[in-house]
Amino acid sequence: MSATTGVAPVQTAGRRSGARGGALRVIARRCLFYLGTAWAAITLNFLIPRVMPGDPASVIITQLAQRQPITPETEQAIRALFGQPEGNIAQQYVDYLGELSQGNLGLSTTYYPQPVWEVISTGLPWTLTLVGVTTVIAFLLGTGLGILSGSRPGRLADSVMAPLATLLGSMPYFWVGTLALLAFSVTVPWFPSQNGSDLSLDPGLSVEFIASAIHHAVLPALTIIVSSIGGWFLGMRNMMITTIAEDYVQLAEAKGLSRWRVMMSYAARNAMLPQVAGLAISLGSVVGGSLLAEAVFAYPGVGYLFYQAVVSLDYPLMQALFLTISLSVLAANFVADSIYVLLDPRTREA
Amino acid sequence: MTATTPATAPATTAQPRRFRLRLTRNRKARAGLLILAVYAFVAIFGPTLVTHLLGQSPTAFTGQVLAPPSAEHWLGTNQDGVDVFAQLIWGTRSSLLVGLIAASTSTVLSVLVGLVGGYYGGVLDQVLGAVTNVFLVLPGLPLVIVLAGYLQGRGGSIAVAIVIGVTGWAWGARSKRIQTVSLRNRDFVTNAKLMGERDARVMGAEILPNLLPVISSTLMLAVVTSILAVSGLEFLGIGDVNTVSWGSMLRQAQERQALFSGAWWWFVPPGAAITLLGAAAGLVNFGVDEITNPRLRVPRAPRVKGGRA
Repeated sequence: MSATTGVAPVQTAGRRSGARGGALRVIARRCLFYLGTAWAAITLNFLIPRVMPGDPASVIITQLAQRQPITPETEQAIRALFGQPEGNIAQQYVDYLGELSQGNLGLSTTYYPQPVWEVISTGLPWTLTLVGVTTVIAFLLGTGLGILSGSRPGRLADSVMAPLATLLGSMPYFWVGTLALLAFSVTVPWFPSQNGSDLSLDPGLSVEFIASAIHHAVLPALTIIVSSIGGWFLGMRNMMITTIAEDYVQLAEAKGLSRWRVMMSYAARNAMLPQVAGLAISLGSVVGGSLLAEAVFAYPGVGYLFYQAVVSLDYPLMQALFLTISLSVLAANFVADSIYVLLDPRTREA
Repeated sequence: MTATTPATAPATTAQPRRFRLRLTRNRKARAGLLILAVYAFVAIFGPTLVTHLLGQSPTAFTGQVLAPPSAEHWLGTNQDGVDVFAQLIWGTRSSLLVGLIAASTSTVLSVLVGLVGGYYGGVLDQVLGAVTNVFLVLPGLPLVIVLAGYLQGRGGSIAVAIVIGVTGWAWGARSKRIQTVSLRNRDFVTNAKLMGERDARVMGAEILPNLLPVISSTLMLAVVTSILAVSGLEFLGIGDVNTVSWGSMLRQAQERQALFSGAWWWFVPPGAAITLLGAAAGLVNFGVDEITNPRLRVPRAPRVKGGRA
């Protein structure tokens, strides 16, 4: 996140007294930034339905009224969340924050009469598992291959992997998903083409359910890994090539240390730092990518819910999902950022 | 969508012409630029050529439904009996146009924010920097989807393109700010200020020309990332679903279950077109990285173990 990504090499963290305190101070500052960003996301969520054309509150009220008569309180809550053409904007903002602080995000119009948070909580475990596991796999695999490739630039492995990674990174998530379906679900029916698990099984910690869930997750996971691995690989490869030319790496080589030790403990350890910083920023795009992958595979996570909400004009669900996704990405960013501060002593001095 | 962001080029900014020259001399960048040029050519002249030379239209019924590729229909026909090759070529035009609009929007915004923040510094810079950071960490695609969801097709693809531009300027603003900061205390800028030039003129006439190489290379990459984003949205059915574009072709193929009828010629070409375009941008990016970071220039001959360039 900081502008100091990989400039001067600092080989080992010189742990002076107070280094920890410095780290805490920096993390506290980052925490403040993310709180501010969270406020910005909440405010954006307030502004969007009011600034964009149309009157979503009326649309929602009409949609709901078609199912059953709605009480004045419900109508008032909807107005508070989605705006009214007339009325004081400051007062509306206060009302909106009030509804939000009570955890009221409105009722979903497609899954009526479920409150949106209930709908979202059914999707969250699916997405968190899928995106969490695939991000870790793609990060480790891409970074590992990047170390291999970048430690011997121009050699066979590197000259095959680098263009391949560029190509993989350019393939749109939804197209990779479609091709994966064609290959492993239609042509060779190894994996199911939709849903998160066998619908006849009750979700729970039974062996059957978990096996079925893994079976269903293979293709979506493969899609996300294939489409996101290229970025990790290229980032690590380039940093590796830049780092092995540094004096301290050459010195390590001249000392006669084993190649493995030079590459891992000297070069890769420092070249890794921007990757961790990159992790923070690319989390947002991983979430976006999983959204497309989930739409292709009708995978029951928040991405698929989001897709359905937009297609069926379920504004309450759409807004709440945007807020949930943004806040989770911010939280994950904060964690990645904090790890970075702990890993790189240079960030504590600024 | 690579994590490698276009590296900034502090050393080369003073010589825009040399940067451009070196970009065409770099093998990878040259290959990428060539592919991009072919796309641009197809976008400009393709539709006319298809209409007059092949006599195909991207919307007309040909009389054959789901026909495999043949001499008459190079990429077969889809379920509506429309020539897929004609759709692909027309789709190139609309996809590139939308990408260009989105990228121009984000580039203009990023130049404004980066230039003003970097030039004035102080509180203004800090505020703009904070806004930039907020947009950098907010997940882009969900934000675009929500905004486009409210548009409901109003304003068509152009509105969606502008939404993508408005949400995607943060990276560019950051790199342009760094550039501006490195330039603002150079002699020629100080000189212009001492001559009593207005700030707007110093920024526009003295600093901006030095940013052009960075602007042009990031614009090119922004066009491609925008096309990826627009295709994703169209695939989800957001935006103008009636235009013929790569994204809408893929959406139709998905909706009509082209997979299960085995009509690969319907959904492979548009995806391949997007991928190749993305790869071309990746190559240019590679080249830019190699120019700005000489250590990345890898000699083609195998090197001695541990040898350096």
